[in-house]
Amino acid sequence: MFSLQILLIAILAGIVGSVLGLGGGIIVTPALTLLFGVSIEHAIGASIISVIATSSGSAIAYIRDRITNLRVGMFLEIATTIGAITGAFIGGLIAPNLLYIIFGLLLVYSAVNMIKKKKGDQQELVPMHPAAAKLKLAGTYYDKAVQQQIPYNVGNVYGGFGVMYGAGVISGLLGIGSGSFKVMAMDVFMKLPLKVSTATSNFMMGVTAAASAGVYLLRGDIDPHIAGPVALGVLAGATIGAQIMQRMKSKTIRMLFIPVLLYVALQMIYEGMGFGK
Amino acid sequence: MNENSEIQDVELAVSRWLRVGVIISAAVIILGLILLFIQGGSGYPDNFYPHSLSDIFNGTVQFKPYAVITTGLILLILTPVLRVAISIWVFVREGDKLYVIITSIVLIILIISFILGKA
Repeated sequence: MFSLQILLIAILAGIVGSVLGLGGGIIVTPALTLLFGVSIEHAIGASIISVIATSSGSAIAYIRDRITNLRVGMFLEIATTIGAITGAFIGGLIAPNLLYIIFGLLLVYSAVNMIKKKKGDQQELVPMHPAAAKLKLAGTYYDKAVQQQIPYNVGNVYGGFGVMYGAGVISGLLGIGSGSFKVMAMDVFMKLPLKVSTATSNFMMGVTAAASAGVYLLRGDIDPHIAGPVALGVLAGATIGAQIMQRMKSKTIRMLFIPVLLYVALQMIYEGMGFGK
Repeated sequence: MNENSEIQDVELAVSRWLRVGVIISAAVIILGLILLFIQGGSGYPDNFYPHSLSDIFNGTVQFKPYAVITTGLILLILTPVLRVAISIWVFVREGDKLYVIITSIVLIILIISFILGKA
């Protein structure tokens, strides 16, 4: 049955999305268009629903278990949402090609950084950025994999804020969730622990996606026959994923994340060079 | 220490309300899918599905499957907004002015971007 198959794919998308801090659109969109022959508009509509379902489904556990850093999320959300509006406005004015290439390269850079970092599972305590102290961004979380409380500081607040703004512009311009950029901004720039970065990225993505999802729905891009099963499957998957992720080693998550990052990076550079169309 | 327990309060409150929102929206979507299965049709001719608020509301009241599912999806879309709104309330209660301002800005930008997107 059609709905049942979609449901299964959606569960998988929810697990992957909640563990890696991505929206799940990276699985839902190609699966719907390639496997089920769904039109791209309806696939994008369903994928934005999957972003929200991943976010809300995993946030229940991540916030309760204090993996999500709410203050970091709210503070950076300002940058992302303003960026998204900017992106929607300049969409007609500039060719996105250059942006594609710049951000593609930025992702390659952070993938290389992550590969270097892969060796140690230990989080070194970075010096506290003065703005981070003022904003009370530092936190602590209980890591179920190593079974200890992990305190952390937050560095380079402005760099992270800048990348988040860029991520917002990209998602406004291209209509993508840009979860990979969010994780990168927090992990590579602000030096947050990876688990905190992916959980907080998940939290933020739902907030950003909510506004555009409303617009998509009223425009008629969200087909209930497709989006309904996607929503349920992703919610279930994200709930499972949020449990799995907490027991995984950061190193394992990083190893899963790097290929995804490189894939997204190469795809963006490829599109930017004009091969995509 | 005191500050730590305050942060925990915010997190627990947000998590609890979020769970309520998610469960309600999932239940409505499931109800819609069950109706779709029982009635053997969407409640609408051909491939039509409702996407104006009045159509969705009228269809839901009449238990038309597609309208019920869409109502569930709208509730799901509202959960992140709920998350932001509850955070504001909790930050207010804690007297954390800085984050009341930050979170309110986020909510306002969200509403603005929704209006801009609709136009």
